[in-house]
Amino acid sequence: MVEHEGIRRYVAHLILWIGIAIVAFPVYLAFIASTQDNALIANGQMSLLPGGRFLETYYQTIFVGTSGSTREPVGTMLFNSFVMAMLIAVGKIAISIISAYAIVYFRFPFRMAIFWIIFITLMLPVEVRIYPTYKIVADLHLLDSYAGLSLPLIASATATLLFRQFFMTVPDELLEASRIDGAGPFRFFWDTLLPLSRTNMAALFVILFILGWNQYLWPLLITTRDDMQTIVIGIRKMITTTDALTEWPVVMATAVLAMLPPVFVVVVMQKLFVRGLVETEK
Amino acid sequence: MANVALRNVHKTYPGGVEAIKGINFEVGDGQFCVLVGPSGCGKSTLLRMVAGLETITGGDIDIGGRIVNQIEPADRDIAMVFQNYALYPHMSVYNNMAYGLRNRGMPKPEIDTRVQEAARILEIGPMLDRKPRQLSGGQRQRVAMGRAIVRQPKVFLFDEPLSNLDAKLRIAMRVEIRKLQRRLNTTSIYVTHDQLEAMTLADILVVMNGGQVEQIGNPLDIYQRPATTFVASFIGAPPMNLMPLRSDEIRSQFAGDSRGTSEAGIVGIRPEDFVISSEPIAGGIALGLTVEAIERVGAETFIYGTRQHEVQGVAANPGELPPGEVIVRIPGATAPAIGERIRAIAPRQKLHLFSADGRKRAAIAGACPS
Repeated sequence: MVEHEGIRRYVAHLILWIGIAIVAFPVYLAFIASTQDNALIANGQMSLLPGGRFLETYYQTIFVGTSGSTREPVGTMLFNSFVMAMLIAVGKIAISIISAYAIVYFRFPFRMAIFWIIFITLMLPVEVRIYPTYKIVADLHLLDSYAGLSLPLIASATATLLFRQFFMTVPDELLEASRIDGAGPFRFFWDTLLPLSRTNMAALFVILFILGWNQYLWPLLITTRDDMQTIVIGIRKMITTTDALTEWPVVMATAVLAMLPPVFVVVVMQKLFVRGLVETEK
Repeated sequence: MANVALRNVHKTYPGGVEAIKGINFEVGDGQFCVLVGPSGCGKSTLLRMVAGLETITGGDIDIGGRIVNQIEPADRDIAMVFQNYALYPHMSVYNNMAYGLRNRGMPKPEIDTRVQEAARILEIGPMLDRKPRQLSGGQRQRVAMGRAIVRQPKVFLFDEPLSNLDAKLRIAMRVEIRKLQRRLNTTSIYVTHDQLEAMTLADILVVMNGGQVEQIGNPLDIYQRPATTFVASFIGAPPMNLMPLRSDEIRSQFAGDSRGTSEAGIVGIRPEDFVISSEPIAGGIALGLTVEAIERVGAETFIYGTRQHEVQGVAANPGELPPGEVIVRIPGATAPAIGERIRAIAPRQKLHLFSADGRKRAAIAGACPS
């Protein structure tokens, strides 16, 4: 039996390693390519070991950019993407936690109607309402701006629903104890509800940051200036070159750089998220 | 320090359900009032109305000479202890107690003095830096009490504060609450469904049923002279034996006595008022019973018997005895065997007579002094 268990464990581990190899190999290849000479890659003679041009390529990528179609250094793109993803994540959390608070804790006319309207917007992602949204953003002169990049993506039914569900699990007695303790609606929200929602906010932040970072269609539509490009758009533009060789090391370095912030957010927030889950008890 | 007075208090929910149907009573300064009743009788609703957590749809609630119907809970000068404690999970014990005082803008040194004093009284000093989740049930209970004490309110409100504790701790905390209340001499209203808690804690006992008051008074008076059959079967464990007077066996024993039995339809006898004896009894009641079950608890023994010639049935309400069944409580551990036939007698002065609908206590000459 023990023997049998051992074999099963080896098989399980083997399968896991194969899975890791399949997922990790392209990432490894991208990193290797970013350290090699472009001519070698173009000839198909790329080795599977790191080349010697690491510092050079990354310096060029971050501070200079390609010499071809997009002349913007990737540093700017990273900054743009970061600002957009942060605005979307923080904005969504702020808006949705406030609207969930209103829906759960206040009795006002058409409360349920408003809840259902928010709920229905779940069926209308950006891609569906892209023309009217573009028109509005254009009329407000928000093209090529951070507000234009983030605002239309901020209103969020999912996050509102999530906070609503969470607030409904908070015992009513906490609200009542707060009322007796002389805390008004604002104090209850700030002193009790926000600290209790910390873990939910962390989890949402991870999801929303990555969602914002990976936006493609919307930034593609509303940014025309090179210095407002996000990194996802940037990569795309670097690959399509009309009259020159694609600068693969730079493209790959950009891809690697584009991966790092989401990975960083996941790693850092995951810790907070898990710790929060363990600590919180109602 | 304050009186609390309820005058014709009503509560009707928007759907038309009337939860509280006109309640009047007064709790004197420093008194401990217990609201007791089965679940759904409106006792918690009534307490929450005093706290200001439920609106009042009729009548007045008066705390310390001020009608508080329209006043916010925070401004009523009350403190409440909840059944699930409702401690702020993310705050330390210290902050849980200090939070209400801070919201009132009390200076820091005074908050500290009050919290330390409450911690000393409740013996939770070493736990001030801990979070509620790191405390046991009994300790959380103390923190919840501490949060009420530091406020130094006019009235303490307790909403079944002990029902989440295990049996042993519940008894210990019950005594502590009583001692604490005596010491602070703060008017208190306490809601419970546990009649033992109600009996031991109360200066004034309010027995509620179906949104109405069944009886108000000193716990022992209520025990000795229950006003309705509901009170008779709710207060006291095991409950009072209630038997219809029309039963042949009982009627024949009253036959020679015309005094005061005309309006009575039900006779009640407490289990401990029976004696097992074959002696004749004048004016009282003798019942022939077949022993069905015995419960020995050490100091006393409960005998569950069925009356002969009586139709057996199922209890009409939870907590009441099924018709035909009689509980006899005798001291000590010696008891008759199961299946044995015994004769239980109760003297006339221990009988309780009620009108046939159970809503009124009937006079019985020569029985309990009125």
